[in-house]
Amino acid sequence: MTTSILAAAMVAAMAGSAYAIDVKIGILNDRSGIYADLSGEGSVLAAQMAVEDFGAADKDINVEIIAADHQNKPDVASTIARQWYDEEGVHAIFDVPTSSAALAVNEVTREKDRIFINSGAGSADLTGSQCSPNTIHWTYDTWALANGTGTAMVETGADTWFFLTADYAFGHALETDTAAVVEAAGGQVLGTVRHPFPGQDFSSYLLQAQSSGAKVIGLANAGGDTVNAIKQASEFGITQAGQSLAALLMFITDVHALGLETAQGLVLTESFYWDLNEGTREWSERFAERNGGDMPSMVHAGVYASVLHYLKAIESTQSVEAGPVMEAMKSTPTSDPLFGEGEVRADGRKIHDMYLFRVKAPDQSQGPWDYYELGYTIPAANAFRPLDQGGCDLVQ
Amino acid sequence: MSDHTMTGRPAAQRATRPLAIPPLHLAIFAGLLAFFAVAPFFLYPVFLMKVMCFVLFACAFNLLLGYGGLLSFGHAAFFGSASYVSAHAAKVWGLSPELCVLMGSGTAALLGLVIGSLAIRRQGIYFAMVTLAFAQMVYFISLQAPFTGGEDGIQAVPRNRLFGIINLSSDMALYGFVFVIVFAGLFLIYRVIHSPFGQVLKAIRENEARSVSLGYQVNRYKLAVFVISATLAGTAGATKALVFQLASLTDVHWAMSGEVVLMALLGGMHTVFGPIVGAAIIVTMQTISPASAPGLQCCRA
Amino acid sequence: MFEIFGIPAAALFGQLLLGLINGSFYALLSLGLAVIFGLLNIINFAHGAQYMMGAFVAWMLLSYLGINYWWALILVPLIVGAFGIVIERRMISRLYQLDHLYGLLLTFGLALIIQGLFRNQYGVSGLPYSIPPQLQGGTNLGFMFLPNYRGWVVFASLVVCFGTWFLIEKTRLGAYLRAATENPAMVGAFGINVPRLITLTYGFGVGLAALAGVLAAPIYSVNPNMGADLIIVVFAVVVIGGMGSIMGAILTGFGLGIIEGLTRVFYPEASAVVIFVIMAIVLMVKPTGLFGRAT
Repeated sequence: MTTSILAAAMVAAMAGSAYAIDVKIGILNDRSGIYADLSGEGSVLAAQMAVEDFGAADKDINVEIIAADHQNKPDVASTIARQWYDEEGVHAIFDVPTSSAALAVNEVTREKDRIFINSGAGSADLTGSQCSPNTIHWTYDTWALANGTGTAMVETGADTWFFLTADYAFGHALETDTAAVVEAAGGQVLGTVRHPFPGQDFSSYLLQAQSSGAKVIGLANAGGDTVNAIKQASEFGITQAGQSLAALLMFITDVHALGLETAQGLVLTESFYWDLNEGTREWSERFAERNGGDMPSMVHAGVYASVLHYLKAIESTQSVEAGPVMEAMKSTPTSDPLFGEGEVRADGRKIHDMYLFRVKAPDQSQGPWDYYELGYTIPAANAFRPLDQGGCDLVQ
Repeated sequence: MSDHTMTGRPAAQRATRPLAIPPLHLAIFAGLLAFFAVAPFFLYPVFLMKVMCFVLFACAFNLLLGYGGLLSFGHAAFFGSASYVSAHAAKVWGLSPELCVLMGSGTAALLGLVIGSLAIRRQGIYFAMVTLAFAQMVYFISLQAPFTGGEDGIQAVPRNRLFGIINLSSDMALYGFVFVIVFAGLFLIYRVIHSPFGQVLKAIRENEARSVSLGYQVNRYKLAVFVISATLAGTAGATKALVFQLASLTDVHWAMSGEVVLMALLGGMHTVFGPIVGAAIIVTMQTISPASAPGLQCCRA
Repeated sequence: MFEIFGIPAAALFGQLLLGLINGSFYALLSLGLAVIFGLLNIINFAHGAQYMMGAFVAWMLLSYLGINYWWALILVPLIVGAFGIVIERRMISRLYQLDHLYGLLLTFGLALIIQGLFRNQYGVSGLPYSIPPQLQGGTNLGFMFLPNYRGWVVFASLVVCFGTWFLIEKTRLGAYLRAATENPAMVGAFGINVPRLITLTYGFGVGLAALAGVLAAPIYSVNPNMGADLIIVVFAVVVIGGMGSIMGAILTGFGLGIIEGLTRVFYPEASAVVIFVIMAIVLMVKPTGLFGRAT
């Protein structure tokens, strides 16, 4: 079940010696599929870097990292999580992209009373109706994406929308959240079409979107689906004819796969970009050096920052028990070079700034991975769903 | 299928005492029982329960293929729909586990009756295609119906209390429950194969025309074995949903139908115990390295 | 602009044309399956995997050897077809005496192995293959903007399908083939090497799958799973058309593509299942398929 067991180098060197605290963390994500680029091995690397930067060994904490591939399926994810908790003695699971898989791990973690810090998945239910005292949702969620991209598009006058939605929970949530934002801002939703997940051929849906006459086609899907839909929209001359696309969830790795020629002008919301400031650049360059030159995605950044925060909580409590560690993580403000200052809310939502980016045209780009131009910053206070609107029973 | 004929001495000998259990089979049964009774103290119980569920699924499937001579390419429909019903019953209605498994099996039986009565009108590859077509429809319903939770599946299924009394939340308690169900199922399959009914099935498999001329109502036998097989496949699926506390699309996808075909083939489809070995091998391989699971990883990246 | 059933006519025509494009792939693939089944009595479950190999080999030729799309159209069917011939000689030929189901099971296993190997090597995220420069851009048809490449796919598929139909139904070679399936011993007695004929037929069917793979590579990303779900649909197409019927496979392929396109207009979620509903009905009402001969 464990495809690779990676101990941080310094840990391996001192194996067998007694530490005050032994911690085992599991990175559970997609290592071979459509989300492998944005999570996958990069997340393991990010966790390793967090352990090194934290200086765990000097603080008498021994951290072991294991990793596995959940293939984006809830049943595989739940089986692995269960076995990790029961057999491997894993204390905390990180990353877990794909909402359905994340919700499965959320449940197992609650049952086994361990810790789950999600970076890769989108469903805002993780801190809403499904919220758990054992879960933190770090990097982004569907509400934040809808809020960022939806508001920004309507502000530019794009007030009629047609949704192309992946037919599963994540797509539905993204569509509903965005539609609410659009309508609240005075826009109008002209129609929606659901495509099977994963889809290959989007042409017929795109054609329907075209004949609706909407100004914006909202892509409520992710990964390969989004990339293919954007490619085909350009192939069928839809973007050239004046309709714009709103990629509601898009990662820098997707932009990299599409190329700037096709992706230019897209507006998207992320919580991290490698070229934001001194801190992100310094870390990202170290990351890229060990990742074959590829810059980190926001999911990688989220894994790094969350592992760091987790280890700080272990250091301060001198415990690996879920109760005290979660308590410490929620009561201590977060601070790291990637997301800046922030906090973990009572419902498990990590709060930080979000950013609205516009993808650069090829001639604006200075070099490889120079893809985004910052539109504006959505301050932390407005970036996420207000605490009382999620329906989380931890805060009622 | 030339290794089995209705003529010749071995078959004739078997026919004289069809209901007796040969000592070898008895020994294998005893060995299996002993192994699975002791194993949870050494191996991870959840893994063993998964193996047992798939053993029952593979044997139920093989009852149809190996003894009925009918290749179903849609057995995931029974396995999966039973797991949805069982999960729903436990989670939403709060029923006790034995009722969940019963309801799951009952659903599979009904579904088996409907699909079976249509499918048995066709032979060979056409039979397989009819079952595939219906399984795809069941998949479609599972994807669209609100109660299945679509891509998320039904999660956080409670295990509840057996007969309303015994708490199954510990893995060992649940293990006992699964152990009893699976071995009861296996024993039932064994009895079916070695009953007069099973002998008629073999006769139909080998030579349908001759069986008709001998006065057997061939279609009734085929339908009966189809329903039994579907029911037990459902039992396996319903139990698995309680073990993993999850029912998902994987259980009802056609790749699952393909996987059970592989299990039966790997172990040997005309044997009673072969599919047990096949199921154990495939589940173990998947557990050691999920990437090597051929069918499971297939098509829903 | 007039409307049909509340759908603007332009949108409807657009969907029909898209259905035709999808139908081109169904037709090409089901044609290969029908040729193999008609002449070998083998249900080639590995057809989807061989289609996927076609796309991959085209990608490899381009990335490793710099061989462009047009050469790939010729070379890939030959390479993958040769692979098919090896499989036929080494494995499938042992099963001709047995029930159809054994061929189905063997090729099913092969398909899983082939897909597994490619998945281990390349992952499932998909590799890009760009549209050849000559076919980039599109044409405005008035009711929709048709990418030139998709137009080319329909054209190429029609040519190949009817070429194959002509070869098998109207030429001397085709007559030998058809005779050999009816009565191999008799045809052998006339001095024709029947096993070689059958081997070449399998290679030809596999080559057709590979050709479809090359045509698909620029449209869909090149992905180890690209054939896995498609094969199930293509099976349904072959069954509906009548197993072994060449013309049935071609017409049903295009026809079901169009029906699927229409479903996408009225009830998009059902587009994945409509073909199976039709298959179930056809099997119940006319088990030999729409164009099949009674056996």
